[in-house]
Amino acid sequence: MTEIERFALDYLPVILFLGLGVILSLLFIIGAAILAPSNPDPEKNSAYECGFNAFDDARMKFDVRFYLVAILFIIFDLEVAFLFPWAVSLGTIGVFGFWSMVVFLGVLTVGFIYEWRRGALEWE
Amino acid sequence: MELIAFYILAAIVTVSAVAVIAAKNPVHSVLWLITAFFTSAGLLVLIGAEFLAMLLVVVYVGAVAVLFLFVVMMLDVDFVELKQGTLGYWPFAALVGVAFAAEIALVTFARSAAGDEINAKPGAATNAEAIGQVMYTEYLLLFQMSGIILLVAMIGAIVLTLRHKPHVKRQNIAKQTARTRKDAIRRIDVESGKGL
Repeated sequence: MTEIERFALDYLPVILFLGLGVILSLLFIIGAAILAPSNPDPEKNSAYECGFNAFDDARMKFDVRFYLVAILFIIFDLEVAFLFPWAVSLGTIGVFGFWSMVVFLGVLTVGFIYEWRRGALEWE
Repeated sequence: MELIAFYILAAIVTVSAVAVIAAKNPVHSVLWLITAFFTSAGLLVLIGAEFLAMLLVVVYVGAVAVLFLFVVMMLDVDFVELKQGTLGYWPFAALVGVAFAAEIALVTFARSAAGDEINAKPGAATNAEAIGQVMYTEYLLLFQMSGIILLVAMIGAIVLTLRHKPHVKRQNIAKQTARTRKDAIRRIDVESGKGL
């Protein structure tokens, strides 16, 4: 087996999923383009407002709370990302490595408790 | 074969990085940035750093790019106005670019002078294991510092952006179920001929 074949075999599931994703999304786009009726007119293409003419551009300020949710998501995303190498190498890094991660998780749990108590996870 | 793949991916990264700054619409810039991130992940796979490639996709494509989109949406900038005066930034941008290019050249020449090959998994079967073997023990201090930085980021984001509107009515289930007849109903003796 050549090196390129081994490489492809290693990534076979990734390639399969990628291929499936591309095929499926292309299928939806092409299907919609072929099957869906399309006769545009200016009214249909204008921004939708309920019952009156649009005042404004569709581009408007986002509520900053979306940003807060995204930031909190990123932080816990990173926390989980740190867990992967830890999980696969736990056998070699031993007890010290284990507690090192527990301290790390503890620090972030402090933050988690803080955000819970402040109500940052609630959407009023 | 690997070299061809490298040149294709590197070309895509370069083109999309140029498109990030050349695109007129900031939303398009972010989309180009996602392309650049994704292709860089491909480059990382090529040198055998699968874990870093996965992180690049999960963290940068999945989260940071979305954050950038939020920022673009939130700023509500007038793009025509923004375009004016961009030329004034050129000297500064050129300076940063030259410094960055010089740093990369320095690292590349230092590496090739030392003659060591890039090894994404020293002393381990996979990239993730190689990282895990040193990060939590040898680089304990840096690891814990990253935890503190994440904590600061969390608290900072909450302090800066969390605003509770004062008159929003929320359901408090504990308060509801703890309510008894005694503190909900009051009996008042009303004298005859008088109202309350």
